[in-house]
Amino acid sequence: MGRYLLRRLANYLVLVVVAASLTYFLAGLSLNPRAKFEGRNPPLPEASITKTLDDYNMNPDTPILSRFGHWADGVVHGDLGKTIEGDDVNDDFGRRVGVSTRLLLIAALIGSLGGVALGAFGAIRQYRLFDRFTTLASFFVLAMPVFVIGVALKIGATALNDGSQTIKVLGEYDPQYAGQWNLDALVNRAQHMLLPALTLIILQVALYSRYQRSTMLDVLGSDFLRTARAKGLRKGKALVKHGLRTAILPVVPLLVYNIVLLFTGATFTEKTFGWHGMGELLVDSINKQDVNSVATVGLFTAVLVLIAGLLSDLLYAALDPRVRVR
Amino acid sequence: MTETTAAQPTEAADAAQPVLDVSDLTVSFPSEAGEVRAVRGVSYSVRPGEVLGIVGESGSGKSVSSMAVLGLLPESAEVTGSVKLAGRELLGLGDAAMSGIRGKDIGMVFQDPLSALTPVYSVGDQIVEAIQVHQSLDRAAARKRAVELLGVVGIPDPRRRVDAFPHEFSGGMRQRAMIAMAIANDPKVIIADEPTTALDVTIQAQVLEVLRTAQEVTGAAIVMITHDLGVIAGFADRVQVMYAGRPVEAGPVDEVYYRPRMPYTIGLLGSIPRLDEARAEGTARRALTPIDGNPPKMVDLAPGCPFAPRCPIAVDQCRTDEPELEIAEGAGHPTSCHRAHEIGAGLDRDAVYPVPALPEAGAIERLPRSERPTVLELDGLVKHFPLTKGAIVKRKVGTVRAVDGISFDIREGETLGLVGESGCGKTTTLLEILDLPSGQAGTVTVFGKDIRGLGRADRKGLRRDMQIVFQDPMAALDARMPVGDILAEPLRTHGWDKARIAARIPELLDMVGLEAEHADRYPQEFSGGQRQRISIARALALEPKLVILDEPVSALDVSIQAGVLNLLDELKTRLGLSYLFVAHDLSVVRHIADRIAVMYLGRIVELGAADAVFAAPSHPYTQALLSAVPLPDPRKERERGRILLSGDLPSPADVPSGCRFAGRCPKYAGLGDGEQARCRDEDPAAAVLGPDHTAACHYATALDVVPATAPH
Repeated sequence: MGRYLLRRLANYLVLVVVAASLTYFLAGLSLNPRAKFEGRNPPLPEASITKTLDDYNMNPDTPILSRFGHWADGVVHGDLGKTIEGDDVNDDFGRRVGVSTRLLLIAALIGSLGGVALGAFGAIRQYRLFDRFTTLASFFVLAMPVFVIGVALKIGATALNDGSQTIKVLGEYDPQYAGQWNLDALVNRAQHMLLPALTLIILQVALYSRYQRSTMLDVLGSDFLRTARAKGLRKGKALVKHGLRTAILPVVPLLVYNIVLLFTGATFTEKTFGWHGMGELLVDSINKQDVNSVATVGLFTAVLVLIAGLLSDLLYAALDPRVRVR
Repeated sequence: MTETTAAQPTEAADAAQPVLDVSDLTVSFPSEAGEVRAVRGVSYSVRPGEVLGIVGESGSGKSVSSMAVLGLLPESAEVTGSVKLAGRELLGLGDAAMSGIRGKDIGMVFQDPLSALTPVYSVGDQIVEAIQVHQSLDRAAARKRAVELLGVVGIPDPRRRVDAFPHEFSGGMRQRAMIAMAIANDPKVIIADEPTTALDVTIQAQVLEVLRTAQEVTGAAIVMITHDLGVIAGFADRVQVMYAGRPVEAGPVDEVYYRPRMPYTIGLLGSIPRLDEARAEGTARRALTPIDGNPPKMVDLAPGCPFAPRCPIAVDQCRTDEPELEIAEGAGHPTSCHRAHEIGAGLDRDAVYPVPALPEAGAIERLPRSERPTVLELDGLVKHFPLTKGAIVKRKVGTVRAVDGISFDIREGETLGLVGESGCGKTTTLLEILDLPSGQAGTVTVFGKDIRGLGRADRKGLRRDMQIVFQDPMAALDARMPVGDILAEPLRTHGWDKARIAARIPELLDMVGLEAEHADRYPQEFSGGQRQRISIARALALEPKLVILDEPVSALDVSIQAGVLNLLDELKTRLGLSYLFVAHDLSVVRHIADRIAVMYLGRIVELGAADAVFAAPSHPYTQALLSAVPLPDPRKERERGRILLSGDLPSPADVPSGCRFAGRCPKYAGLGDGEQARCRDEDPAAAVLGPDHTAACHYATALDVVPATAPH
């Protein structure tokens, strides 16, 4: 098992290198950081722009391979380069990963638990009112663009607030709580967290419940469930211990990949609610012709795929004895 | 019900009260077509230590009634009547109360052991769970008991195997584990629903033995539900025959098997091919007596006896009144038939069904075998599959020796039966023949041509002369094509013109006993037996000389199977066909084959004229195989000894050296050291035992394992 995982890890590492390099080439060849400086008012002298671009390793006139070599050397030594504003990508990246993690952790936990529960219960009550309602609602959510959900929640919250500021609609916390972790600050953060987390939860519950419902339906008529009942297990216990336990297996990789990749995938939610996370960085860095930040997002996403892959392999092996290699 | 009073209880159970008493049980389901009345009044009772067999074909309501007893039917099912367990009424109990009874007082063994265990828990955990649901044992004690139970059901090395997962167990071992679970809490009743149907015959014999042990250990009553009259004959004390949701005949096995009074039972017994069927030299085989028609749909049953439309002796009364299950005048056991009093008295049982006439043997069949041309010849055919590892760079880590050097030939007008248990290489052999391979070792000669030297056009020509009928008629016909198109497809492929095709289709349908109008219908409008007839018609479309039949009747009910077997017999003679008939059911092969080849682990271990092989089976494997087949004859079954094989078929990826069968061979144990060494080291060659009889065993000697019956 250990050797198997090591081999998988090696495969994923190759994938990470290829994906990150290709992202860098794509960003380095297609983005034009010079335009960002040329548009300034008052105009900057040409030589000074070139100097800045060279300093940031973003000069399009430098051969791409040479820029890539410089960037790759930095990455290997833990330096992700400079942003187009001249800050360290490392700092910006670290801050943003923190933001994304805080947003996603709770949302992913509630979203996946809720999705699995809703799907499994819908399957057990197939074609009853509950199942019909959740199916309809899920497809309604899945058919709607994320920002529509986000904006709709905002409008709803404003109406609920009725002038007060109980539910906050923008940002991660109010400026006066920056850097504080006392009770007031936590309450304030929770007030901010509610809407973006809810957006993500609604989406995830809708998605996962569909998968869980169909895998659970496959298991419901199975012989082993009948065996469990014939042993004397009550219906509910048999359904959870033998039914859901088996039906969750095919959903596990989906859950893991979705949750992990949400780190860079929650773009619209972050934009809608003004959270400065990784998803926002993806869009903003492209807009700003910020080659190094784009490359960092690419690298980070590739690493996320690696983590998701390993995690889902590990989790699957832990849950299903049939795939364990002895 | 009259049945309980009429039954002759076994001595042990004489005084005991019935432990399970079912009376007037009915089950109905709502469906789009209307109310499905799956069970329409079932009554039976079993005493401790007694075995009641319930036989019936698919759809007869036998499984549904047992699920009703356990309270495991879907909520939409409506159940009425009474189910009493040791005097306590079970119908109407809630899930909590029933859960206290399921697995404790009533143990259950299901049909398909491969899917009946939860794949993600170890076998031990599942048994422990069964124990802990009902007994307040701690985990360690429950585990100890689980190991003990696995030992009782004959799992070797139970201390280690208790931690194995279901996928690490073979089918037979999983069924043993199921039985261990069923007896974990010393149940009063064990309900076994087709417990051996999915298993190979030697494994079936092992599992039945385990069930017997389980009964001895627990003293439970067993309700054994099956379609196999052979299994019931040897296992049950009493039997109940079900048809269309009702018992139609019930009584002690001897009574029902030897003195049946219901035409359905008589038909069932007459339609099974029998292993102990003796044939006098040179005479034609016995035609089976199929029951015409199909079982009724259980929606909107017509009035009268549900069997009347298929019954050859139905009278007007049968079509208006449904008979009750009662003891007819002069009978010893209850039947539900208006004419039961005549059957066996004024009406000869053998005359109830007209025996279909088989055509006279054709000119080719009268020729001695040596003078007939050879249709197919395999010489040392080998098919090995590499076992590989790795995703990108594949490394070879072993070889699956699926077919490992087999030779046989089929002459014109002859049926070769190829038998063996699952995994022995039968299907690979068939696919290799159909594939017309040119790789690996060995030669295949078809109609005198070595296929190695053939080009594309020649191969296509050969394929026309060689057709196949598959096992599952549901899956083998395209559901979106009308039957006419299905039959026309091979003809179009081989360039027949439209007019000829149009003329050929009605001809084909007529040949297999269907109507010309059926060409416009779709496969799902036909019953299983009719679909298999369509498959046969498709195989015959191109007027082939050799037809390969891959388990053609194993998916069919016995009463339907007989008709298809008779049809195959008739077509062979009429069209001068040769068959390669692959089956795991030795009785069927006994009935239809002229010669027989027994396969074990990629090799043919015994080959010869069917009469020679069945009369004097000489390879220990053949002997074990034959002795494991249950006969639908209670007296013979009781007197027969079985040769039980130990263990399962080894993997063809790990073939033992020397004789492949040595590890499981019942004979090996009785040999001296020197002889054993020879078995271990030397691969036995086929020894000639008679004019047309060889066996690949160093110490082949004939053994009589099937008591013969006088010819019919």
